[in-house]
Amino acid sequence: MKAAARVLTGYTIDYKTHTASFDPNRHDQGDKQFSAFYDNHVIKGMKGKEAEAEVDELMELIFSREEVSAFICRKLYRFFVYHTIDETTEKEVIKPLATLFRKKKYEIAPVLEELLCSRHFFDAGNDGSMIKSPVDLTVGLCREFGLSFPNAEDCEEQYGLWEQVRNQAAALQQNIGDPPNVAGWQAYYQEPEYDKLWISSDTLPKRNQFTDKMVNGGFGRNGKRVGIDPVVFASALPHPEDPDQLIADSVRVLYAVALPPEELQFMKTSILLSGLVGMASDHYWTNAWVAYHDKPDDKANRNTVNSKLKNLYRHLMDLPEYQLM
Amino acid sequence: MPVLLPAMIPGISLRAMTSSFLRPMRDEGTDHVLVLIQLNGGNDGLNTVIPLQYYDAYHSARSNIAIQEDKVLRLEGFDGTGLNPAMPELQQLFNAGKLTIIQGVSYPQPNFSHFRATDIWLTGADAGQMLPTGWAGRYLDREYPHFPQDYPNMQMPDPLAIQVGSLVSPALQGPALTMGMAISNPTSFYDLIGDKAAPISDSRAGDQLAYIREMAVKTDQYAGVIKKAAQKVTKQSDKYPAAGKNPLADQLKIVARLVAGGLQTRIYLVSIGGFDTHAKQTDATDTSTGVHGKLLGKLSEAINAFQDDLTYLQVSDRVVGMTFSEFGRRIQSNASGGTDHGAAAPVFVFGDGVKPGIVGENPVWPSKLTVNDNLAMQYDFRAIYSTFLEKWFRTDQAATEEVLLRKFAALPLIS
Repeated sequence: MKAAARVLTGYTIDYKTHTASFDPNRHDQGDKQFSAFYDNHVIKGMKGKEAEAEVDELMELIFSREEVSAFICRKLYRFFVYHTIDETTEKEVIKPLATLFRKKKYEIAPVLEELLCSRHFFDAGNDGSMIKSPVDLTVGLCREFGLSFPNAEDCEEQYGLWEQVRNQAAALQQNIGDPPNVAGWQAYYQEPEYDKLWISSDTLPKRNQFTDKMVNGGFGRNGKRVGIDPVVFASALPHPEDPDQLIADSVRVLYAVALPPEELQFMKTSILLSGLVGMASDHYWTNAWVAYHDKPDDKANRNTVNSKLKNLYRHLMDLPEYQLM
Repeated sequence: MPVLLPAMIPGISLRAMTSSFLRPMRDEGTDHVLVLIQLNGGNDGLNTVIPLQYYDAYHSARSNIAIQEDKVLRLEGFDGTGLNPAMPELQQLFNAGKLTIIQGVSYPQPNFSHFRATDIWLTGADAGQMLPTGWAGRYLDREYPHFPQDYPNMQMPDPLAIQVGSLVSPALQGPALTMGMAISNPTSFYDLIGDKAAPISDSRAGDQLAYIREMAVKTDQYAGVIKKAAQKVTKQSDKYPAAGKNPLADQLKIVARLVAGGLQTRIYLVSIGGFDTHAKQTDATDTSTGVHGKLLGKLSEAINAFQDDLTYLQVSDRVVGMTFSEFGRRIQSNASGGTDHGAAAPVFVFGDGVKPGIVGENPVWPSKLTVNDNLAMQYDFRAIYSTFLEKWFRTDQAATEEVLLRKFAALPLIS
């Protein structure tokens, strides 16, 4: 650290032009001795304008270590797959990715492509292995439900409504553009909790309040509202008239993990069928949906399906499973 | 979120104290508990409470499902009325003066849709009226203003209402928020009080889920008081069937435990489904058994175990219960050995505090029946709510009218 800092001496930032420049008069001209990790390498001290080249040597030195490529690959793995890297993962995923990373001269894209197209990435064992960050939760919800924002011509309104999503994420402890310190948000690096840190007795109820709010009407600005219309969402599913399929398809869209059959049954009976069980009562939902579908302008018809779907989606997003991705 | 004050005595927080010696003395009526038992699907009232007085008319209207006259359970002092043979426990409760039957409960222009009729019963609406709040929610909102911001507090440290066995009922919907909390299934209750842990798969997602669930329990502002109340009760009546055999009994067992454990919660809702008996509601050869009989048997067994438990736990003077269903069924049975959506039906009210007997008359109907004929209404269901509010919860008349949106004369149900 100290040696690298000395290499960097003389670099300065011009805050008027927002450019970096090198001032040889402020450069430490002595030799810089690195640790055993870098084979006790010495960067010879240079003078004048030439001394800028010391940084290039420093870069070469850093990237010459295999560990550097593995370190970055571990960060990528934690961001995209799972926080804990055990011996098997280290050997079978991190090591090969690191090799590729070096081979591609530290280009990120080929490494990401390899990871995101890998069998491991799609392994069922990794389904739902991460807790959504506030941005994943808030932006993810907008995408899952296809919420529409004003387009670019109306950028003031567009940014105004985006800002409200950002505020929601900020309330959940992730204020984009304002990380708590230079290391970023703890959930991305802090052992051993990692992404569990997003969930606290403060943020979990707030997450539920956010999803409830989005079902109950969402938020607005100058007359334009952004919120979930559960009837529109259900209409886009293949078989909204079939209560089992409606729930199964909704769960598929909204969840990274499967729900136990008892939970699905509970939702059907308790929410869509108002407590009706057995005696082939599924048709009561089907009838209500078909009545709405045939006469969508009939207020009572829409009200019946809308109130049940609101309950369904509120409930789905209040379950702990919704916090996983 | 609960307001946690610094400990006044080392090791004892103020919240812990409120549940014992700081708890204020209560007014009469405010330690009373109401248990609502919802029979989902539309219970066939005529095969639940049988009009022995008009047995021939009853039998001819529904000969394929009529209960044999000699099997009908007799009620002391009421020769003209009997109970379905699946309910010997309720017969005993009636004869012991702890069960009241209200005949012909409905409302003008009854609705035959499950969804709409359920909403009407839960919100306390007229047939053509859409109400955004539930009847019990309106009552609780009046009794406990500024919920939930100002709660829990020392006067009311506990949930105002608890729904066991499903999501929070629309009956508990207040003006802005629900006034109740849900223990959506008995397993989640035993998770909450720590009797056993929910099965979590040994996977990456399972590990994350376990953490979030743990946090959810910690976050639930009422988890602590519920757990504490439940833990005070270590033994309950042995009349309950084994867990999982009778869902209603499982739910009521939790209610008894929480009441006896000292929760000041005013209203509990429980439910049992399956009453939508369009076909084969009785056994074809023996009409005293079959699908409907099994359901009534569960109802009877559950109420009896609950009542026995309340007595054992010495809180039976504080609790009354009521059964209701979104509608009764047609007078005539159909050709599939079932009954279709109908109108008026009897309601049971039970507890130590009830005025025993039968309110209302055995139903009568014209001699020339069609499949569409329904039993006439004798009492508006809101008159029963009104009775509970005034006679059990001791609200004044003006408040009762405000909750029910107009005046419904109280019935002689509470002693």
